[in-house]
Amino acid sequence: MKLNVNGELIDVDVDVSTPLLWALREQLGLTGTKYSCGIGVCGACTVLVDGRAVRSCITPVSAFTDSQEIITIEGLSSDNSHPLQRAWKELDVPQCGYCQPGMIMSAAALLKRKPQPSDSDIDDSITNICRCGTFNRVRQGVHLAARIGKGGKV
Amino acid sequence: MGKDTVDVSRREFVFGSTLIGAGFSLGLYLPTGARAGTVPPAGAATDAFPEVNAWVVIKPDDTVVIRIARSEMGQGTLTGLAQLVAEELECDWSKVTTEYPTPGQNRARDRVWGSFSTGGSQGIRGSHAYVRKGGAVAREMLVEAAAEAWGVPRAECAVADSVITHQPSGRTTSYGKVAAAASELFPPEQVTLKDPGDWKLIGRPVKRLDTADKLNGKQVFGADLKLPGMLNAAIRACPTFGGRVRHFDAAKAERMPGVRAVVRVGDDAVAVVAETWWQAKSALDALPIEWDRGTNAGVSSASINALLDEGLDADEAFIGNQQGDARAALQAADRVVEATYAYPYQNHATMEPMNATALWTPERCEVWCPTQNGEAALEAAAQASGLAIAQCDVHKLHLGGGFGRRGAFHDFVTQAVLIARQLPGTPIKLLWTREEDMQHGHYHPITRCRLTGGLDDQGNLTALHARISGQSILAAVNPGWMQNGMDTFVFQGMLPDGDHEISYSVPNLLVDHAMRNPPVPPGFWRGVNVNQNAIYLECFVDELAHAAGQDPLAFRRKLMRDHPKSQAVLDAVAERVGWDEPPPANIHRGLAVCKAFAAHVAACAEVSVDDRGRLEIHRIVAATDPGYAVNPQQIEAQVEGSFVFGLSALLYGECTIKGGAVQQQNFDDYPSMLISEMPKVEVIVMPSGGFWGGIGEPTIAVAAPAVLNAIFAATGRRVRQFPLKHVDLRATA
Repeated sequence: MKLNVNGELIDVDVDVSTPLLWALREQLGLTGTKYSCGIGVCGACTVLVDGRAVRSCITPVSAFTDSQEIITIEGLSSDNSHPLQRAWKELDVPQCGYCQPGMIMSAAALLKRKPQPSDSDIDDSITNICRCGTFNRVRQGVHLAARIGKGGKV
Repeated sequence: MGKDTVDVSRREFVFGSTLIGAGFSLGLYLPTGARAGTVPPAGAATDAFPEVNAWVVIKPDDTVVIRIARSEMGQGTLTGLAQLVAEELECDWSKVTTEYPTPGQNRARDRVWGSFSTGGSQGIRGSHAYVRKGGAVAREMLVEAAAEAWGVPRAECAVADSVITHQPSGRTTSYGKVAAAASELFPPEQVTLKDPGDWKLIGRPVKRLDTADKLNGKQVFGADLKLPGMLNAAIRACPTFGGRVRHFDAAKAERMPGVRAVVRVGDDAVAVVAETWWQAKSALDALPIEWDRGTNAGVSSASINALLDEGLDADEAFIGNQQGDARAALQAADRVVEATYAYPYQNHATMEPMNATALWTPERCEVWCPTQNGEAALEAAAQASGLAIAQCDVHKLHLGGGFGRRGAFHDFVTQAVLIARQLPGTPIKLLWTREEDMQHGHYHPITRCRLTGGLDDQGNLTALHARISGQSILAAVNPGWMQNGMDTFVFQGMLPDGDHEISYSVPNLLVDHAMRNPPVPPGFWRGVNVNQNAIYLECFVDELAHAAGQDPLAFRRKLMRDHPKSQAVLDAVAERVGWDEPPPANIHRGLAVCKAFAAHVAACAEVSVDDRGRLEIHRIVAATDPGYAVNPQQIEAQVEGSFVFGLSALLYGECTIKGGAVQQQNFDDYPSMLISEMPKVEVIVMPSGGFWGGIGEPTIAVAAPAVLNAIFAATGRRVRQFPLKHVDLRATA
């Protein structure tokens, strides 16, 4: 089957029951998307599908067509030029960093829907677990990225 | 701290400068930049360039490579340690990169990099002196090389930002140009470390060195590693602690797609090896395993609680702190207050589940893994490999969280090597499922504490007895550290002196421990024993203040005259929060203070509890005095993170036992707090100098008690059993 990942149509040779997460990581080598819980709770595996946040660890590849645009952390930008990456860099958001790709993709989905989100939008939309405890910098990062996206300075 | 003059042992620095990179003869590396999770070998960046000394390699383009022995797991030690070396090296900070030497290289070089162990908030405070010395020695060798090339006295040369200047002539050169010559020199016999007042880089809130790759998927964690020809393994060990594999029927699993092998791993586990991990995991799910659950099959939370309750009343106990005669003074007290608290088992629950990759041949064993202690990982690998330790090495990868799980325990390394031995010549990546990770932890130990306090007729605390009953970490993990059978770690935060000294002077004090060790493996868990001990002590002191009819801050301050640094952090949070003024409507405050890992910390929490019992933590003001603050913005990050870890534990953290096994399976039944629950945190970093305190753990101690004392202020209710998810907070005092 074919998947549309980061702007490319890619042949994926995998059992159709395989979760998208494992097709990304093991077939396509896109290891930025993380495994942590495997039950769709923690959010480390979050990717964008047509702009919306999807937990890739519980969604089989059979659920996707090649017209659906899947964006992973690698597809956000490889040179850290996306407003979220710039904001995260400016604020030194990550600690261990393992949850951060999912955190950033959840934030990306939020900003697509609400370019200037409120704190309660952030509370409602970012349901990712971070055990190191980066939440307050994540919150600042989303607000900073919103300003950058509007043309503001880092 | 005055100027440190240190002797430099020649032996330490004269070992071959090309040793880094030796031992990577397997040729397994793909080019860097490949998008699958491939990594260059540690040391590869510097293979081609001679080191100035063990800590510093400088390339011709002036890139500075600083070697870091401790492990980065989010706590920022990589950047902080590099700052310490760079401070003395006088190099251009913008050109600094880092690399990990391997534990095998450390062994071969007589432990030139010291300990690799990264726990106990030791990263910086345990190695600041010798890493600064390493930077200073390298600086002297570089300047000496320039002076020799110019034929001028060393004393006429100055250095800043990697540029050496001959002051009389104005000639300049750079570190990159003289590094090769410097590497040929003998190190100076003595170097003088800078006075803290002269520090330029230590104390600056510089950015972390390891952020960029964490923003675009390039950072390779252990779980992301990919080696050529590698197969993947999923594993299941007997859920009951101490149980074994009785039988498994591999036939069906072996026929499933991609499966290459179904193997027994030690006495207690079975693994499936397949082309992909998803295939391995799917086949493992279809594999019938029959367990011999052994002697612990009847152990439950109820049986453990009964064991601990018995310890609360036991006649015999180890004494951790004794002043005066607490029992007699309690008899004589005007009023006696008593309360019993209980703290549950908790899992580290690192976001990245346990994993390790191993390659075994009859001649050599190599392991790639996230570890908090590379040397301990190497020992585990060697033991499992059946080879001499010199035939083994470990390549450290980035950790997706540690929190103590990946320090003293390398069960995942042992398993990976035992699997790899059954498939010689093939790299095997073992990755645990979350469920395996939840059920095979080394858990925060379980304890209870009965506190009895005596007040005189003026409301002064005259006597305090804290009887701890419960589990010793050292008895299970490190018996060699015990003292005549006593685990002094159990008393952290209530000891008479040292890094975990009690913050109060009580005229008659007894802190004792009835050791009761259930068959659930305990471990060092971020904060270790101050997590519960600070709850016990700080909530009970609050109870005593209330019983005495006194303000909790004033009551504490009376007991803190001999503990000025602890009092200073407590005063700082009280002042910032405006303790003397009433809080805003419906907001209630709680205090806590502790000395842990040699740092003084305090917090004031502001909470509300609505009429449905819904708790909201609005704001926390925290102060920390770590002696020296190497990177204040990273300290702030650690203090904020400590509240997430400590409050997740308070709100949700609990592992219960049934059938000798942990009942919780995943983040649905072992939740962690979310951004929506996160309070504002204001961090006061107030380094007073003269000592080196830890950063990554101490603040966890005050997170829960500050909130619990605020909950009391809001509801009149003392919560003494955790986590809070079980407690109805509707105000029924």
